[in-house]
Amino acid sequence: MSRAILATEHLSIGYAPRRGPRRIVASNLNLTLHAGEVVCLLGPNGVGKSTLLRTLVGMQPPLDGRVWLDGVDLSTLSAREIARRVSVVLTERVEVGQLTVYALVALGRHPHTDWTGRLTPHDEEVVRRALAAVDAVNLAGRLVHELSDGERQRVMVARALAQEPLVMALDEPTAFLDLPRRVEIMRLLRRLAHETQRAMILSTHDLDLALRSADLLWLMAPGGSVHAGAPEDLVLGGAFEATFATEGISFDRHQGHFRIHPPTRRRIALMGDGVAREWTARALERAGYAAVTPDEPVELCITVTGDGHQPCWEVRTNGDAPQHVQTLHDLVALMRRIEG
Amino acid sequence: MAQKRSITDTFQEPAMPTSIASWPRLGLRPLALAAMCGVMILAFLLSLSFGSVRIPLEQVLTILLGGEAERASWTTIIYDFRLPKALTAALAGAALGVSGLQMQTLFRNPLADPFVLGVSSGASLGVALVVLSVGVANTTLLAVTGLIGNLSLAAAASIGAGAVLALVLTLAQRVQNSVTLLILGLMIGYITGAIVSLLLYFSIAERIQAYIAWGFGSFGGVTWSRMHVLAPVVGIGLLLALILTKSLNALLLGEAYARSLGVDIRRARTGIVASSALLAGAVTAFCGPIAFLGIAIPHLCRALLRSADHRLLIPACILVGATTALLADLFAQAPGMSVVLPLNAITALIGAPTVIWILLRRGVERGTFGV
Repeated sequence: MSRAILATEHLSIGYAPRRGPRRIVASNLNLTLHAGEVVCLLGPNGVGKSTLLRTLVGMQPPLDGRVWLDGVDLSTLSAREIARRVSVVLTERVEVGQLTVYALVALGRHPHTDWTGRLTPHDEEVVRRALAAVDAVNLAGRLVHELSDGERQRVMVARALAQEPLVMALDEPTAFLDLPRRVEIMRLLRRLAHETQRAMILSTHDLDLALRSADLLWLMAPGGSVHAGAPEDLVLGGAFEATFATEGISFDRHQGHFRIHPPTRRRIALMGDGVAREWTARALERAGYAAVTPDEPVELCITVTGDGHQPCWEVRTNGDAPQHVQTLHDLVALMRRIEG
Repeated sequence: MAQKRSITDTFQEPAMPTSIASWPRLGLRPLALAAMCGVMILAFLLSLSFGSVRIPLEQVLTILLGGEAERASWTTIIYDFRLPKALTAALAGAALGVSGLQMQTLFRNPLADPFVLGVSSGASLGVALVVLSVGVANTTLLAVTGLIGNLSLAAAASIGAGAVLALVLTLAQRVQNSVTLLILGLMIGYITGAIVSLLLYFSIAERIQAYIAWGFGSFGGVTWSRMHVLAPVVGIGLLLALILTKSLNALLLGEAYARSLGVDIRRARTGIVASSALLAGAVTAFCGPIAFLGIAIPHLCRALLRSADHRLLIPACILVGATTALLADLFAQAPGMSVVLPLNAITALIGAPTVIWILLRRGVERGTFGV
């Protein structure tokens, strides 16, 4: 097992306002982050993911317990000492005019430079390496406000990297990005974690990506309990159902994703094969039908005909003449008409 | 595939251009700053040369270097009137420019200026109390400050600005975020404005006239004895701003990121507010509420240098601010006319179109704090 970089000990997180009672978000957390690991923090909105992240990186004091950072109690470190060990990528957008990508990444050297903020040749070297590591060397001279969302996020990762931390904490780094960009960022973070032996903790709502790319998941359930484990262990153990249990949503353990629709209303016989059958089944499921193999006696029977490129559908109901449709959209409409 | 390859390969073998020149350079830009410095010196000499009596440039230089002028009266004019006035203009321009830059960065708002903290409102209130209320206050203030001469206006303004400064500093250490501070500053401005209105309402015409005259702004009221107060205070404010450069740069990313970079936000904010209020307060106390410079100079410098780095912007704001104030004062004297125009009218009338032109032509303000 690799080195434990960050560990919590009976940690309670939440808010202690000057007046009024403390609001505890989660308590008695005993979690560990190891070098070279990517940990995804998952949980429903409002469960306290950001609070946990903020507490782990020292932006918010714990209500109780301790955060150990590389063997040192986080609360005994100064802001500058923490900044040399932990860096963050936040959800808030950086809006600055006339700031080049290079200057932005160079700001990551802040905790390492002298009081004037002057960069030594070593600092410049680190900045350049960070830009190269996220494949953003060609962006160095561009202005930050001209970047696309994907480029911007890569550059923010470079800035966090230039801080040379032990731990990088990223709050929803894949939000606002399209799928290729999300995959790119996750792959980048995995590579950086493994190659530089840093620990990465990121919160996300991207379940699919988290299941596929995290070394470890921290699943935060309402009420403040956190299940930690490999993604597959958590699926098998049923932790997902427990965490995200809401009406109208169910977790499909076979597919590893959530079904947004209520349990099916009726069973329907579906004949055919290949891709066309699969997507027909999905369309029917969305409309509230469970597609079954036709050896059971059911009233409705749909057959996928035609080839893979130009499928069409034949619908038979008890005794009536078969009806034909050319698109799944029409098929769903027809089913609604038949059901009345 | 090319994309994928570069992502996996670059870390071990970073594709770094061999020539350093291809990387953007950070830090000071000596050439640009030297040019700004040259223009400022020129503006300074011009403002010594022009006035109701025209003194040739070479004579100005002779006098400054301690030589004999063609006419003895010129030496008196330069030393007793024009030099303190030009120095005041340069100090005021530099102070307001730097103060405005700090406020725009702290509040991440391109519309912020030195007066958002309410410091100049405090100064206005001080002056209004002296000018508009009966003479008793006048003599009391004089006695309190113990300064000789007609210092009452400056003293009253200083006390007003100082009181608001103390209030804002106390608040700066307590509030959670800077926007709260911005709103509090505005509220202080409204309260003092209301009191000034009441005083104006119950005052007599001559005194109102005097108050309005102070509001026009002028660099001419600073004698050498007042310079002994103005120059050190502005110096301290500028020094504080230079010390805070690094924190200001980190604050470009917002308070949360700045904190994650190890900046003690409360201390940095208190320092910035103190520096800004000292600069704006001192200038307002001695020169009246000089509008426009504080908001325009930082934008001008960012546009000219195409940079957001405070290590560069602070010296630039000092130089460009001083130059602009000197030129504004030059125009206010309306060469060839016997009248002196209100300074505030000149700074805005000539300055605003210039700034508009530069900003539009270079199209560079996009992205400044989300604009």
